[in-house]
Amino acid sequence: MSFASFGEFLNMGGHALYVWLSYGAAAGVMLYNWAAARRQQRRALQDVLDRMRREAGGRADGRAGRGDEER
Amino acid sequence: MTLKELWHRLGSPRWFYRISGPLAWVLGILALVLLVSGSVWGLAFAPPDYQQGNSFRIIYIHVPTAIVAQSAYMLMGVAGAILLVWRMKMADMVLAATVPFGMTMTALALFTGAVWGKPTWGAWWVWDARTTSMLVLLFLYFGLYALRQAIPRQETAGRACAVLAVVGVINIPIIKYSVDWWLTLHQGATFRLTEAPAMPPEMWIPLAVNVLGLYCFFGANLVGRLRAEIVRREARTAWVRALAAGELQTAREVSEDEVLRMGPGPGAGR
Repeated sequence: MSFASFGEFLNMGGHALYVWLSYGAAAGVMLYNWAAARRQQRRALQDVLDRMRREAGGRADGRAGRGDEER
Repeated sequence: MTLKELWHRLGSPRWFYRISGPLAWVLGILALVLLVSGSVWGLAFAPPDYQQGNSFRIIYIHVPTAIVAQSAYMLMGVAGAILLVWRMKMADMVLAATVPFGMTMTALALFTGAVWGKPTWGAWWVWDARTTSMLVLLFLYFGLYALRQAIPRQETAGRACAVLAVVGVINIPIIKYSVDWWLTLHQGATFRLTEAPAMPPEMWIPLAVNVLGLYCFFGANLVGRLRAEIVRREARTAWVRALAAGELQTAREVSEDEVLRMGPGPGAGR
């Protein structure tokens, strides 16, 4: 251990602002990247399913063919 | 599996999607373990620098992010070259999936550099060879991001981004050698292949742990974003439709009856 007490550890020899700002920003960027990748995977699969639902709905309404052509 | 077979398989989004699920988890857990231990070690156990005191502990964030930001760009350069030469669609997906991660890493390297510069150099920013070439890297990432948004046709956008990615690789050796070629405030390289680090082991081992951990995080994040990109681009194929139905059925967001009713749809057989 390089510090005598927890208070000294937090104080970082007077450089607390710089050290903790860096580590805080890093944690934020990591969390953002993790969450973004996760959200994109879920959304991509959800979009595929939504499209399948629309197409199935189109067929059930007797508008087969037309509903399938969208986009 | 021969090398040629592996090459062909890497070009297949479906094959990559099948094998990459566990890969993302393994890399992600490795990243978490390495980054937490490297950071705790660097923050609490490494000795303070004899000149900079405790502000030097920013190195455990700053150096790994700067290294990985440049590696990510190198990867995009390679992917861009593969796309231009062999027209491999997976290469374009790799390029697209790397941009956001590389951009945030470059921004973080610049930010932590500024925060470290204030107590060490007395200024948040200096127009120094190293900092300026890193700023150019950030603009290259912005350019790649904007270029893809600006061109609606996917194939054209992919090729334009590939050209920019390949041309931009010239900036990487400039960043690397900027501290040797020009008079600069920035200190020299921490790690060199040919000689032992100037720091004592209790300072550089946690740094090496964090570098390794961030590479694992990059790997996990790239795989995750790549999987999303594959699903988006292959959305009309039968295998992705079956996959979406299966995954969301497991998550109980859709019932088995509904999946059966929808059938494979017009994407089947493609």
